[in-house]
Amino acid sequence: MTTLNYKRADFQSDQEVKWCPGCGDYTILASVQAYMAEMGVAREDVVFISGIGCSSRFPYYMNTYGMHSIHGRAPAIASGVVTANPDLSVWVVTGDGDALSIGGNHLIHSLRRNVNLKILLFNNQIYGLTKGQYSPTSEVGKTTKSTPLGSIDHPFNPVSLALGADASFVARTIDMDRKHTIDILKRAHEHEGTAFIEIYQNCNVFNDKAFQALTGKEERLDNQIRMEDGEPITFGPDGEKAVVIESGVARIVDTASVDPSTIHVHDSRQVNPSMAFALSRLSSHPDGPTPIGIFRDVDRPVYDKEVTRQIEAVTEKRGPGDLQKLIGSLGTWTVE
Amino acid sequence: MSVSEETATLPVEEHSSDQEEIDKAIIRFVGDSGDGMQLAGTRFTDASAAFGNDLATFPSFPAEIRAPAGTLAGVSSFQVQIADFDILTPGDEPDVLVAMNPAGLKSNLKDVRPNGTIVVNSEAFIERNLHRAGYQTNPLEDGTLDGYRIISAPMETLTKEAVKDSGVTGREVLRSKNFFALGLMAWLFNRPLEPTTEWLEKKFSKRPEVLNANVAALKAGWNFGLTTDAARTTYFVKPAKLESGTYTNVTGNTAMAWGIIAAGQAAKLPVFYGTYPITPASDILHELSRHKNFGVKTFQAEDEIAGIGAAVGAAFAGHLAFTGTSGPGLALKSETISLALMMELPLIVIDVQRGGPSTGLPTKPEQADLLFAIFGRHGEAPMPVLAAQSPSDAFAITIEAVRIALKYMTPVIVLSDNSIATGSEPWNLPDVSKLPDISKPQIKAPNAGDEYLPYLRDPQTFARSWAVPGTPGLEHRIGGLEKQEVTGNVSYDPDNHQLMIDTRAWKIANIANDIDPIEVDGDPDGKLLVLGWGSTYGVIKGAVRRVRKRGLAVSVAHLRHLNPFPANLGEVVHGFDKVLIPELNMGQLRHLIRAEYLVPAIGFNKVSAEPFKVSEIERKILELIES
Repeated sequence: MTTLNYKRADFQSDQEVKWCPGCGDYTILASVQAYMAEMGVAREDVVFISGIGCSSRFPYYMNTYGMHSIHGRAPAIASGVVTANPDLSVWVVTGDGDALSIGGNHLIHSLRRNVNLKILLFNNQIYGLTKGQYSPTSEVGKTTKSTPLGSIDHPFNPVSLALGADASFVARTIDMDRKHTIDILKRAHEHEGTAFIEIYQNCNVFNDKAFQALTGKEERLDNQIRMEDGEPITFGPDGEKAVVIESGVARIVDTASVDPSTIHVHDSRQVNPSMAFALSRLSSHPDGPTPIGIFRDVDRPVYDKEVTRQIEAVTEKRGPGDLQKLIGSLGTWTVE
Repeated sequence: MSVSEETATLPVEEHSSDQEEIDKAIIRFVGDSGDGMQLAGTRFTDASAAFGNDLATFPSFPAEIRAPAGTLAGVSSFQVQIADFDILTPGDEPDVLVAMNPAGLKSNLKDVRPNGTIVVNSEAFIERNLHRAGYQTNPLEDGTLDGYRIISAPMETLTKEAVKDSGVTGREVLRSKNFFALGLMAWLFNRPLEPTTEWLEKKFSKRPEVLNANVAALKAGWNFGLTTDAARTTYFVKPAKLESGTYTNVTGNTAMAWGIIAAGQAAKLPVFYGTYPITPASDILHELSRHKNFGVKTFQAEDEIAGIGAAVGAAFAGHLAFTGTSGPGLALKSETISLALMMELPLIVIDVQRGGPSTGLPTKPEQADLLFAIFGRHGEAPMPVLAAQSPSDAFAITIEAVRIALKYMTPVIVLSDNSIATGSEPWNLPDVSKLPDISKPQIKAPNAGDEYLPYLRDPQTFARSWAVPGTPGLEHRIGGLEKQEVTGNVSYDPDNHQLMIDTRAWKIANIANDIDPIEVDGDPDGKLLVLGWGSTYGVIKGAVRRVRKRGLAVSVAHLRHLNPFPANLGEVVHGFDKVLIPELNMGQLRHLIRAEYLVPAIGFNKVSAEPFKVSEIERKILELIES
């Protein structure tokens, strides 16, 4: 379809990248740039919009169009960009504080509307840029500068939240796993409508090794529940664990202890989000087995295209607007 | 153009002649918020407009959708002044008050001019309603109305009788009584019924029983006047001698919506309107949403912040972007306005002011957001602020705001207010094929060799260029962090910050040289200048007309540009011994004029949820001249 011959370097801006050494954002940036080169969209048609936070510096490092906006509002601003011009490929980069705290309202409403946005939520379960306070995804009991006695806030599960907002595409991946990240980015790009991707991202300064269970060499095979469409969900070094869903609740079982036909076969294309939601509840905190992959990928009318369609339909029916006629439409009288 | 002034009143003596010609009349319809008074008033207005009168209206209604029936809190009113000369206001004191119930009478009687006419629905003056309105005795019987001419009609019985064959039943029957009242007023003022019946036919083409009922009630009202000889004299207001042209009767919100569409055409850009519903700005959204065949994209966001956020996004993507709101919403949008200002993107923010602070008085007029519009942002954040002066001016001011926003690459605030938004006046329709070209070409190629520098500025305007996503070779990043000059890269350099603050300030200040100088109506210097802004235009001019009638030389000037001020404003205010500034706030423009020009401007301020009366300002002017 396209003959765009990009290399990853084409998507690197001339700005020095200024995250802390060892930050998970570097890996995500590399994955995104690598994917952009493959994506087949002209660089001038790509727009990155971010809010505030460490992750939100992302647009400066992308050699595309971009806007580093204000706290929490990136989904609203990006909705305006893509509604104005549905031909653009619009990406939102946000963090757990930005998207789920101050920006929670805009996030759920862009998911509800199904605006054609790709939302990358970097979740490190901590506030980085404001230097180490707990975030809306931090676990209960977390000790931080603002919670010296431990956090008593109940955390969000971002995937459950997105599914609750009727998001048409919901996925989870991990910063360290570049291949998986790129696979998910690809599927998100192919999806028409809002794609919500939670990316577990390590903040090595304020919340190091929060995802050790999913990324550590020793533990990861025990804890990553990989979901692949059409495949029964099993995990563990030798597939000795499996997922079953009964009465709407997902459970982890020993593969050997159940009838193989009862093991849940993943289907992200199911219109009813109940199974996806059940899977999302398996772990709200990645210190144990946690599903990775695409929870949901369904078709639903896309907001920005509907806006255009409605304008075209009414214009065809009534003809293009005539301003002189409009301003005389309430009845006129003439003074000689 | 007529030189009549607005003191003429309806004759009080009863003549034997059937019809008397008068030059103007003020009529106020009042009733419960469910009585259809806004509708009756609007139909009376449109019939008068179609007849060729000049007019101005002032609707007033409670913020509650339906306050308890019969209470003072539930009173809804609609005032219109019709005249055979160019009037400027809906008038001070009604000549005729149509009161559908005791609460309407109680809360409005104080405004009626001495010897005025009171039209009442006598059947509403029953004990329960009298009690609810706070009357101990019936004002129709206890002498309260001595000195007024009373036209009393049992409107409920007569309406029931009139509509009995129409097909409406139950509670629908009495809903037509507003048309009975309208018919009676049409008879009293010799208004044609045709515009109203035509409107009803269009409106209720699918509900013939409602159409029949309303037409029957309308005619019954007329016939009641005629057959009972309710008033020995009826009145006739000739068509006004206005400038030649084609006129329509327009409210400020409608004119502003049309101005938005017109500005899009004049700027050759698709229009985007991102907003959140709020009184009294919502009608701009409603009107725009009806006209998508103009290519207008309306975005009803989840909140005020998303409304302006989406507009900023659309502006970045190359659309002519607007957001509209009222006071509390403007507060919420403040941070995003600063972002647009920092990024130097064109954006129009419409603030239809209402009574504040906080939720305040959502349906009442006030012009108290001026200082907030000018200063209500964090950091050093100057931007242009304009204000509409009348309902029809909302059209022109919107186009002017867009001209400035595009030429200087800046967000602009346009102030309207509840009086302008919901009030109406005749508007001499412009020829829209002659709208000025206010387009600003979006940049298509690199501006520095093969490089694109987003903050390279036009040497005249200091505006940066507008490169929109989708344009090859101009990929760039903008945002809220301080920009390095020229490159737009993030910069924490102290000298650069000073430079950028100075540059942004200079850019806005320089607009003073690109707007019309303020015009002084009257002597260019002298004893007294009355200076105003916004919706007080009509009452201030009306008051000045009156004092000039007395032979006094008083000058008047009105500001449409509030930031920056017109370049000649300093010279103008220094030319007068006294400067009087009437405002529906506690002295916001006065603060600015005093600070900017070091003149001891005198305030005349009112925040009582009502517009100024011409007579109030007249008295203040006389007091200042005589002191």
